[in-house]
Amino acid sequence: MRLAMSDETWVWQCERVIPSQAGAGQCVEDEIVRELERLQWPPRDVFSIRLALEEALVNAIKHGNHFDATKHVRIQCYLSPTLLRISIADEGEGFNPADIPDPTDPANLDRPSGRGIMLMRSFMSRVEFNERGNQVTLEKGRSPPEPPPDTPART
Amino acid sequence: MATYRRLVINEVGDVTVVHFRDQKIIEDLRIQELGQELFQLVESENRKKLVLNFSSVDFLSSAALGVLIKLDKKVKAKQGRLALCCIRPEIFEVFKITNLNRVFIIKSDESDALAAI
Repeated sequence: MRLAMSDETWVWQCERVIPSQAGAGQCVEDEIVRELERLQWPPRDVFSIRLALEEALVNAIKHGNHFDATKHVRIQCYLSPTLLRISIADEGEGFNPADIPDPTDPANLDRPSGRGIMLMRSFMSRVEFNERGNQVTLEKGRSPPEPPPDTPART
Repeated sequence: MATYRRLVINEVGDVTVVHFRDQKIIEDLRIQELGQELFQLVESENRKKLVLNFSSVDFLSSAALGVLIKLDKKVKAKQGRLALCCIRPEIFEVFKITNLNRVFIIKSDESDALAAI
């Protein structure tokens, strides 16, 4: 499924290729977070984006490329004043996200893994996989600024 | 007592209170090391009452949740008790979304966590 085209004006973008090693995505995560902080995105959004990005990168390196040193993960990031879009592609065979069991099912609650995709979907505005299942695109719309704590809520 | 690279260990009565040295619990190898140290507390040192204090932690991933689930199983296997505390709201949201707030005893501060186990 393709994401809807948008008329976003990208103010920052990057494309990075990383090896399939544990922790290899940290520098890209840090780079994107630095840019979000420079543009003063709300801290809660930054937390959400880092979490989804971490989960997607771990999935690509570990489950997609199986830590294969000959395979790489490609990250493309586009940032506008109000929208972040990141695509992460691995060289694996892909998978069907519908095959992942619901981690909140009581039967699965004590499983140590299988929560990454649920967290991505919960913390991002949009999560889409390509048909093969080896590329995920994450989108996050910038949240409106939170009112100061002493501002009475409008009714 | 063993030396810990990822943890700071304190004892309050018969309870072991654990603080984390890392602000962000994400990187795969670090999480493995963190897990080994936590498991050692239960398996080698036979500590049965643990409070994990997350006050210094501002980020964790699902891989870290996996370590906590394994730790919880090891503690329960020894008829012990595990409680978590001082989790910041964004991280608590992660526990809530995954329903793990129903698996773990989670308290807002350390004294409540100590009282709970």
